[in-house]
Amino acid sequence: MDTSTALYLTMLIPTVAMAGNMVFADRENLRDGITFLCAVLTFAYVLVILCNVGNGTTAELRLFEVVSGLSIAFHVEPLGLMFALIGSGLWIITHIYGVGYMRGNNEQHHARFFACFSIAIAAVMGIAFASNMFTLFVFYEILTLSTYPLVAHKGTPEAVKGARTYLGILIGTSIALLLTGVIWTFTIAGTLDFTKGGILEGKITPTLLPVLLGLYAFGIGKAALMPFHRWLPAAMVAPTPVSALLHAVAVVKAGVFTMLKVGIYIFGIDFLASTGASEWLMWLAAYSIIAASVVAMTKDNLKARLAYSTVSQLSYITLGMALATSMGALGGGMHIAMHAMGKITLFMCAGSIYVAYHKTEISQMQGLGRIMPITFGAFLIGALSIIGLPPLGGSWPKFLLMLGAADAGHLIIIGVLMVSSLLNIAYLLPVVGRGFFRPATDSKLPKTFAEAPLLVWLPPAITAVGCIVLFFYAGSIQNFLLPIVSN
Amino acid sequence: MSAADPHYVAKTFMDHLPILQVVIPLISAPLIIFIGNRKLAWIIAMIASAAAFVIACLMLAQVKDGSFISYHIGGWAPPLGIEYRIDALSAFVLMLISGIATIVLPYAYTSVKSEIPKRLHTLFYALFLLCLTGLLGMVATGDAFNVFVFLEISSLSTYVLVAMGAGKDTRALTAAYDYLIMGTIGATFFVIGLGLLYMTTGTLNIADLADRIANQGANRTVQAAFTFIVVGMGLKAAMYPLHHWLPNAYTYAPSAVTTFLGATATKAAIYVLLRFMFSVFSPGFHFEDWTLYLIFIPFSLLAMFAASFVAVFQTNLKRMLAFSSIAQIGYMLLGIAMLNATGLSASIVHLVNHGMTKAALFMGVGAMVLYSGSAFFDNLNGLGRKMPFTGAAMVAAGLSLIGVPGTAGFISKWVLVQAAFENGWWIIAIAIMLSSLLAVIYVWRMFEVLYLTAPAEDCTATDPPLPMLIPMLILAFACIWFGFDTELTLGSARVAAEGLLAGSAGMAH
Repeated sequence: MDTSTALYLTMLIPTVAMAGNMVFADRENLRDGITFLCAVLTFAYVLVILCNVGNGTTAELRLFEVVSGLSIAFHVEPLGLMFALIGSGLWIITHIYGVGYMRGNNEQHHARFFACFSIAIAAVMGIAFASNMFTLFVFYEILTLSTYPLVAHKGTPEAVKGARTYLGILIGTSIALLLTGVIWTFTIAGTLDFTKGGILEGKITPTLLPVLLGLYAFGIGKAALMPFHRWLPAAMVAPTPVSALLHAVAVVKAGVFTMLKVGIYIFGIDFLASTGASEWLMWLAAYSIIAASVVAMTKDNLKARLAYSTVSQLSYITLGMALATSMGALGGGMHIAMHAMGKITLFMCAGSIYVAYHKTEISQMQGLGRIMPITFGAFLIGALSIIGLPPLGGSWPKFLLMLGAADAGHLIIIGVLMVSSLLNIAYLLPVVGRGFFRPATDSKLPKTFAEAPLLVWLPPAITAVGCIVLFFYAGSIQNFLLPIVSN
Repeated sequence: MSAADPHYVAKTFMDHLPILQVVIPLISAPLIIFIGNRKLAWIIAMIASAAAFVIACLMLAQVKDGSFISYHIGGWAPPLGIEYRIDALSAFVLMLISGIATIVLPYAYTSVKSEIPKRLHTLFYALFLLCLTGLLGMVATGDAFNVFVFLEISSLSTYVLVAMGAGKDTRALTAAYDYLIMGTIGATFFVIGLGLLYMTTGTLNIADLADRIANQGANRTVQAAFTFIVVGMGLKAAMYPLHHWLPNAYTYAPSAVTTFLGATATKAAIYVLLRFMFSVFSPGFHFEDWTLYLIFIPFSLLAMFAASFVAVFQTNLKRMLAFSSIAQIGYMLLGIAMLNATGLSASIVHLVNHGMTKAALFMGVGAMVLYSGSAFFDNLNGLGRKMPFTGAAMVAAGLSLIGVPGTAGFISKWVLVQAAFENGWWIIAIAIMLSSLLAVIYVWRMFEVLYLTAPAEDCTATDPPLPMLIPMLILAFACIWFGFDTELTLGSARVAAEGLLAGSAGMAH
């Protein structure tokens, strides 16, 4: 199959899944089956695209022109392909988990939930394969809008309030800042196509460059750069599958992915390095990394703690772009994959604990590790990967980022990354420690092995194994991503 | 058809299109009264407005390349005779007005039955056609006094149409009265302006006027005429702060009337404003520059922020949308004030995009009011869930109102901001974006009421009958379609903008 057909299908199939959910709203097995099939097919077609890379079929696909010079167009490039692989691959796992969670937890409105979920995936595919900033922006907004009903899903006053924060910050930043930046870029550069080496060189005075970069950096609210990170903790009112796939993988990764795309293909790494325009962003990202970790330590609610951890980890990727070195950009790109695998594991474990025993606070989780060893084991592996210890996938991007910082001559940044790892240990490992080593305080808990339902504990176990596997394949990922920085 | 041939006589059907555009609805209106049959009234109105729409499309196809059609009424050559002149801008606006009328009528069929007493139905359709005639005439004519005549035809019929809301809420009467007073002041100002121009030049033909005042920029009479015309039309266009009549008129008028007016009436006034500011007077006059910079920019910014801000706090959905209209008019005026081709095309394309968007929203509210009895937010709780298609249409149109990518509203906003950047007006560009955040707030209030609140337990609301639903869905679909395919909308708008910027040269014989 040629690449362009597969490209269409990766966006079309999730849309079919949405339609299936709406049509068969009352037949839950059929409905969830269709979605599962669509998830597998989407992943398969992304694999087809992967196999086609290098055999000459990777043409750009121009759908149509909206305004002269602005078209909805797609293409395949390594960073986007990796993002699509992660998004569609983890969709399969999260769907299985989601079915188990929604049924096991007696949540309402399953059809609406899975329909919005599918649309969000379609939007992620659009973002991953967008070949210009305009297309990316369109799908970026679709992603925001389609995830809003998921955050507001429970319909309780807190959910509505959280969803309002979510939407307010994401739409607010994207319209007020990002769109301004995009139109500005279009006016001065005359194009928005993602071009290696950037499109801005010689088009803008160096004094204004940091301003434009700021419009992008803050405008991409999904990257949760401080001070626009509040939406991410607010989104934790959503059911856990949403937090797992969307707020550890799809939505937030769409943010940092956009950040990398902008840095590499709009500004150009070399242009950023030669003008020093991104230096302020590097320091802000470093601040974000440390500050969010410190806040995470103060949170007793497990999902809130993970959310702040995500804010901190996302800034690694922004940092990678802002370092403006090849190693930094590579490390940032790789961190998208590694963090996705680690964080989705952690979130699914949190959901598993909630489904089984309705515990949300870390202080209530004492002794749970002994009765749910698989969940807590997976949590441990995920946590170690986030911390960045070998032999887990998360260790590589941290290594590359440090190399990048050394290349750029910012030794303090290396220090920041090390401190961050220590902080990660401080807020993640106590969860496991309490689970395994402290006696249970809740006398109603069972004394022996009693895990959450199979569909709920199996997916995090799979992704935990994935964290280990990724450690050994980091080299291939790096080689695969290399074209984004080499000429 | 070419104006170069002085002995040209219109012969074929196609040659008569400009006059048919106006005459068909004009003749149909009294016809409805004479026949006096309720069923036939609707059918005649429907046929007349559909014909008008087809004619507008035919004419747009002819002039889309930047040419124009000049029609001499009775074969009397201008400037002595009355001329009808269709160029890309007027054809585009004609298409909007007649298109909205055609799509509102099926909707009106059901909605009028429930909102207006039976004995008034035939009158309603006659007045609707008269109003349509007036709006079409204002746009089609190339004669300044004709503009005034048609302005009055449309205004007088509008006052009555608004007052017909009195069957449900007697406040419609005061709203109509308010509108009558303000509208009359506006029309009077306009005609005073025309009088002054006539005094200076001795002509009323727009193209001729433009030629004759071309070097009279220092003439006080011309300046006074300009002032009167801008203020008069500003009143009809609800330009901030002359918008006072609009919220009440939109809130208390019957749903079908609100839909039609919201999408067309102010748009025709903006067309006249554009025509006079660019084709008659030219921005080459020093005073016009000043007006643009000192009056249009501050007041349009005020409209964008103040009116949106007020919209956020409304408790009545119709009223909220009315205030949003005032804010959106601010965007159009801002585009005019930018005085470049991109800005003008943003204004023109926003005329149409906002027309469709607002029409879809007002239709949605009308459908909900059918069940809830009023448009207060408290009475609309959860109706989006009970009326899935109506709700979906309102979501699509609401997103277009915000300017979310993939909707028509986004295109307008994109072009407008691009125009600001072209002029180097960074602050204005950011102001446009910030004001659309206010739109996010008020549109989202609507979504939350429609979807996130629980409907009343005994709520029996369902989607309205198909004649109401289909027009709404068509408009909602158009809001999305024209967010991707801008060939027709933005393409025509760009041609129209270039014609306008050519000033009186664009109007040459």
